[in-house]
Amino acid sequence: MSRLPFYLIVGLLIALGIGTSVHRHVQFEVPWTPGEQRQLWEIEAIVDFSALGDPVRVDLALPSHQRGYRILTENTASPGYGLSFLQDETGRRAQWSIRHAAGDQQLYYSVRMLSTDDTRTQTMPRPELRDVGWERPYDTAAAQVIERAWARSADPYTFARELIRDFSEERQGENARLLLTQFERTQLLVRLLNQAGVHAREVSGLLLEDGRRRQSLTQWLQVYEDEQSWALFNPATGGQGQPENLLLWESGDRAVLEVQGGTNSRVTFSMLSRNQPAAAAVRNQLAGDSLLNFSIHSLPLEEQALFQTILLIPIGALVVVFLRILVGVKTSGTFMPVLIALAFIQTTLLTGLIGFLMIVAMGLVIRNYLSYLNLLLVARVSAVIITVIAIISIFAVLSYRMGLNAGLTITFFPMIILAWTIERMSILWEEEGPKEVLIQGGGSLITAVLAYLAMNNPWIRHITFNFLGVQLILMALILLLGNYTGYRLLELRRFKPATED
Amino acid sequence: MWARPSQLFRRGIIGMNRRNIRYIGRYNSRRLYPLVDDKLKTKLLAEKFGITTPALIATVTTQFGVKQIQEMIAGHEGFVIKPAKGSGGKGILVIEHVENGVFIKPSGMRLELKDLQRHVSNILSGLYSLGGTPDVAMFETLINFDEKLSEYTYEGVPDIRVIIFKGYPVMAMMRLSTAASDGKANLHQGAVGVGLDIATGTAVRGVQFDRPRQDHPDTGHELASLLIPDWRNLLVLAAGCYEMTGLGYLGTDMVLDRNRGPMLLELNARPGLAIQMANGEGLRPRLDLIEQQPDGVGVEARVAFAQHHFARRGELRAALAEHVPSA
Repeated sequence: MSRLPFYLIVGLLIALGIGTSVHRHVQFEVPWTPGEQRQLWEIEAIVDFSALGDPVRVDLALPSHQRGYRILTENTASPGYGLSFLQDETGRRAQWSIRHAAGDQQLYYSVRMLSTDDTRTQTMPRPELRDVGWERPYDTAAAQVIERAWARSADPYTFARELIRDFSEERQGENARLLLTQFERTQLLVRLLNQAGVHAREVSGLLLEDGRRRQSLTQWLQVYEDEQSWALFNPATGGQGQPENLLLWESGDRAVLEVQGGTNSRVTFSMLSRNQPAAAAVRNQLAGDSLLNFSIHSLPLEEQALFQTILLIPIGALVVVFLRILVGVKTSGTFMPVLIALAFIQTTLLTGLIGFLMIVAMGLVIRNYLSYLNLLLVARVSAVIITVIAIISIFAVLSYRMGLNAGLTITFFPMIILAWTIERMSILWEEEGPKEVLIQGGGSLITAVLAYLAMNNPWIRHITFNFLGVQLILMALILLLGNYTGYRLLELRRFKPATED
Repeated sequence: MWARPSQLFRRGIIGMNRRNIRYIGRYNSRRLYPLVDDKLKTKLLAEKFGITTPALIATVTTQFGVKQIQEMIAGHEGFVIKPAKGSGGKGILVIEHVENGVFIKPSGMRLELKDLQRHVSNILSGLYSLGGTPDVAMFETLINFDEKLSEYTYEGVPDIRVIIFKGYPVMAMMRLSTAASDGKANLHQGAVGVGLDIATGTAVRGVQFDRPRQDHPDTGHELASLLIPDWRNLLVLAAGCYEMTGLGYLGTDMVLDRNRGPMLLELNARPGLAIQMANGEGLRPRLDLIEQQPDGVGVEARVAFAQHHFARRGELRAALAEHVPSA
């Protein structure tokens, strides 16, 4: 049996992989390393609404040049709609219009933002103080809240901070609770600040995080100290200052989205960060779509974010193949560690490890009870799935109550996989004892952590996403490993006694 | 603590990767696996090929049949209940004798008819089978194992694993259950493995938990004097399993019955590598030698070839070295 075709295929895959990667590097100046470049954000806003069959006008706020971010290019996709960009002192807006539309409509706006090192605070016109009228009994409540915060503050910023604190969970007084029943938090804070003579407005911003989809804008409080200087406050925590990754989207006292002639309107955001040489960021606009330019970047942004994760899975698979064939690590479920590693990417390592161990430990205890009930397999595993969901929900709620927002990411764990893991480990425990459970569970965790470290490495993320040819090289490597007949690392220890006489 | 790969290679030890690709992948066709994964199929096939197995008393295939157990076992002094698709000795219940309708296990534990019925019912619903698939319960006669071997084992029946490669017996070991292995003959659970000389059936070396061992941990009896009676017949029987199944790389589990001689207990299409530890020798030189042999050799001739070439002591080792220059 000749192995020649096999090595030909492997050689071909490697040559093709290296070839396309080098081509991309040379032709499109995609760098090999993610470092020393500008970060480029691609942000896509999707406006969804149901048109009623009448003329439709959609008005969407757009971001402007601002501290830390500069607009490179912007595009819209809106078949059949008329479009105009408006600019006035309140900011930039896009206006779509159509004479007749019915049914579900989707309008796209995408913008490429370059991260800059510009740290100057930009000037924004100060909003006028508005006359605030309260109804009874809110007037007295508002007055008392203002009085309390005023007494404990020295200037507009400290006043704003004290005011927000009075509305935070632990310090919420009776007055604050009463006011919150009637008003939305951020708007309420603006009203109270205005009543106390402090200029303030509500602004909407987008927290930029790589690969996020279906995000919405968050509300922030902009408080003025005098004509020029202002500061941002987080209306939930009272934290002062603008986070590095916050892109101000709307800051002109206008609604983010206005739709006339439609209902159920909403706007969601997808974003993706890419590292590009500053020059290429502009130039690749010119590169035409050719077959050789076959790239994930031609897909819509939302799908690109999805692919960024998908393209990392072969890396995880390679780690598993490596550890099982070359090292001989035992894992519970062949590719379960890869899925756990994917969850770790969302949860961060420590939270993920703690969450995983807690879920599996609790699951094993409950599964142990289920085994007394003597159920058929499918029913038993289904019961474990429900148990896992219950455990995850309880942990999420408990950790949120205790103020650990990280606990919420526990929902990223693949629940069905976890249920099977628990089932398998439980059977293993009954048949082989706890030692084997520790060996296989430990092996799975080590594999998952190593896969996570590989998949979360910035350089590997950069390479897999920007060079599709690398997938062919990975394929070739895995094929080669599948052909390995030598010893596994752990076998060198296992068979050691056979070499002693 | 760690051996160098060259050390292992020099001794001809093969690892999991090589076993999977080079031997199981190449010589064991996937469609033949059901023959060995289902003990009932193996047994029926063995009967057709004239290979002795423990006699089948009855099978139970439906939950309805569970009620007829009493009639099935009437008149049998002792018997064994097994799941047909079980693995690793799971779900095997041994009844040594029956006293006034009470069933007594080797450990002295007493069971009633309804305990038996529940056990059979569990087997049928797939509690012990791979993947929980519905299964069949088999009732077999008890094995009366040779008393000469009883000092070498603790509870449980000792069995003999012979690796059959292309019909040639290449390596053998005896698995002695211990207290640590809970009466089961599984090496990774703590049973003692004793390598056996293919030529004579005498003990070569003993291991427990992959470490060398001179005596049985529970009975304290030394292992060196172990000699398997009727050795040649046992090898002929084991080697015949190649024609029976068509599997090129096969693990046969044999037992010795006082009255009926060597018998086939079960077959394994993915035999483990611990046998190399028990023999203190790698499989590779032997497998390489067999690969050079032509096909179509009779069972007797194959056993004679193996006994001649795989003898552990004396001048025969020199002859082996000539055949395998590179190893």
